[in-house]
Amino acid sequence: MQNSNSNSNTSGHLLNNLILFGRLLRGLGLDMNPGRVMDVAHALEHVQIGRKPDFYFTLRSLLVHRHEDLSLFDEAFDAFWRKPVEGELIALPGLPHVRRPKKPRVVAPPLNAPPDPEGELPPPDPDQPPVVEVTPTYSDSEVLRKRDFSEMTGDELAAVKQLMAALVWHLGERRTRRKRPGHGQFIDLRRTVRKNLRYGGEILTWAQREFKFKPRPLVIIADVSGSMERYTRLLLHFIYGLTVGLHQPVESFVFSTRLTHVTRQLNHKNIDRALHEVSLAVNDWSGGTRMGDVLKDFNFHWGRRVLGRGAIVLLISDGWDRGDTELLGQEMARLQRNCHRLIWLNPLLGSPEYEPLTRGMQAALPHIDDFLPVHNLASLEDLAEHLVKLDGRRTPRRQAGTKV
Amino acid sequence: MNFSSIDELQTALSKYNYISERGLTTAIFLALKLGRPLFLEGEAGVGKTEVAKVLASLLDTELIRLQCYEGLDVHHAVYEWNYTRQMLHMRLVESRGERTTEAELFGPEFLLKRPLLQAIEDSREKAPVLLVDELDRSDEEFEAFLLEVLSDFQITIPEIGTIKAKHTPVVIVTSNRTREVHDALKRRCLYYWIDYPSFDKELSIIQTKVPQASAQLARQITGFIQELRQGDLYKLPGVAETLDWTAALVALDRQSLDYSIVDDTIGVILKYQDDVEKIRGERAKAILERATV
Repeated sequence: MQNSNSNSNTSGHLLNNLILFGRLLRGLGLDMNPGRVMDVAHALEHVQIGRKPDFYFTLRSLLVHRHEDLSLFDEAFDAFWRKPVEGELIALPGLPHVRRPKKPRVVAPPLNAPPDPEGELPPPDPDQPPVVEVTPTYSDSEVLRKRDFSEMTGDELAAVKQLMAALVWHLGERRTRRKRPGHGQFIDLRRTVRKNLRYGGEILTWAQREFKFKPRPLVIIADVSGSMERYTRLLLHFIYGLTVGLHQPVESFVFSTRLTHVTRQLNHKNIDRALHEVSLAVNDWSGGTRMGDVLKDFNFHWGRRVLGRGAIVLLISDGWDRGDTELLGQEMARLQRNCHRLIWLNPLLGSPEYEPLTRGMQAALPHIDDFLPVHNLASLEDLAEHLVKLDGRRTPRRQAGTKV
Repeated sequence: MNFSSIDELQTALSKYNYISERGLTTAIFLALKLGRPLFLEGEAGVGKTEVAKVLASLLDTELIRLQCYEGLDVHHAVYEWNYTRQMLHMRLVESRGERTTEAELFGPEFLLKRPLLQAIEDSREKAPVLLVDELDRSDEEFEAFLLEVLSDFQITIPEIGTIKAKHTPVVIVTSNRTREVHDALKRRCLYYWIDYPSFDKELSIIQTKVPQASAQLARQITGFIQELRQGDLYKLPGVAETLDWTAALVALDRQSLDYSIVDDTIGVILKYQDDVEKIRGERAKAILERATV
């Protein structure tokens, strides 16, 4: 860091400020550690730090490695280096609040602690002896399985959440282009040569390779608008269960008037914490729905990034839409073209007298591969069964225009 | 070639017909100085791959390119044994009544070197430029392997041993962001997001790359494309499309844009039917009027 005695003092100040700046960035949620700050200090030896753009780009190329962090970095840079502060970190006006908070430490609540505001179970009564929780008996769970989510009482909700967490999820597999040793149709020359080395160039046994299979990526787009309110909380539980239960990345989005990407929020280990984070990230809970615009936003800005590799898309909505139905049809068609299978889950489909007659539903229907209910536990179990079958070998896609 | 300052590199890049903004030059300069890989991200057709090509000619060294795709494995990225030669050799030795030993069969003369191994070969006089193109198209398995190679620039071949680069190659990794590349890999690298160019930059790119285009045509094309990028298109045209279009118009002997030629050649810049339909007709006319002022 220190080139000569004359500038050693300035370098010391600079290093100090760099460390402070690093701390500031970390506070804002950027991926940061002391090593990276040292990298910057090292890199600055090669750069004329008097030139602000060079200084700026040196810091940026080393400290940021995600496109979405660039604007945050810019704001922090402007605020910090306009007038570098020494010794302490002052509150910087105009900086956004911590956008990606550090993971909150989860501490087990002490005995007799006040109830967790997130949890919905009643607090244990200290006078009562602890009750061992019994899983619902067969007949209970049978009734529970068929009961509509929107008609459940508090106790039933708690029970169904437990049952939901116990559901096992598997996605249909996709044949990747990677091969591995096995009994497939491809000759594995490398192993063949090794095996036949002892026969002196005469090939007597062949080794083979086969395709490797991997589960398909899953993308969930869930409606949290006003008309879905009765289902929202349970559906979020369901999405969380999928995210945790599938051992692969799941991309999740929620929308009412606008689309919000909530994958990162849902990746929290504690479910209540995760749902809380989601509620903070979404600004327009229970608003109206403009599905056409939302799907357009998805297709234009996220589609290319999350729909690769034969993804399965779960769209959860009741189809009440106040937007442009022509746009909705167009964007549904685009979405269907870009994924392996488009599944619409509609909670209203559970009631026998429901018919998909809303304008939005009518526009979307021709482009849906599967139209399934999602109103009770039994329907979720059916969905789980259906997802396993989506491996691309057995399930023909529905063509636009055919009846459900 | 050794660059002592960013300005010097900037001049050199423009001498080799690459118009680079200050930020990108800084990132390249640091990649060279610190011996770190440079991770370039951005939409398709903004000149990510070009950076590697220009660097190779600038440094007067070899460009080694590894195009990524799903299922890319060690046999295509690092090394493979020449099986046909191995089998012939076994036969030959057998006919002399001897037996082939494993050591002679898996020796350097039967080794086929693929891009990653070529890049770190120790017989090199000079560090090559290694371009790992479109990393987002590969899968996690390959990404993990690449991370290993980029951390210490050495590769172990079980039959031969460890090969370590004498001169650390200049590594350029590009991604179109069709999937997020893992943070662990990006952390090893210097990161730069290449944006669509500004009007002035795009104009000078056209003038440098297609000097045959008339000044008027170049200005009009730049104006037209810049405005297209403001609109809500599914796929915005990149610089590559701009250059293709310019070349196409030059080939058609055009000195300026008019409505009919835009209509005829719109397929060069817009590659989705929805987008073409949206722009063709009134929208194209309106944009053209503003661009040809």
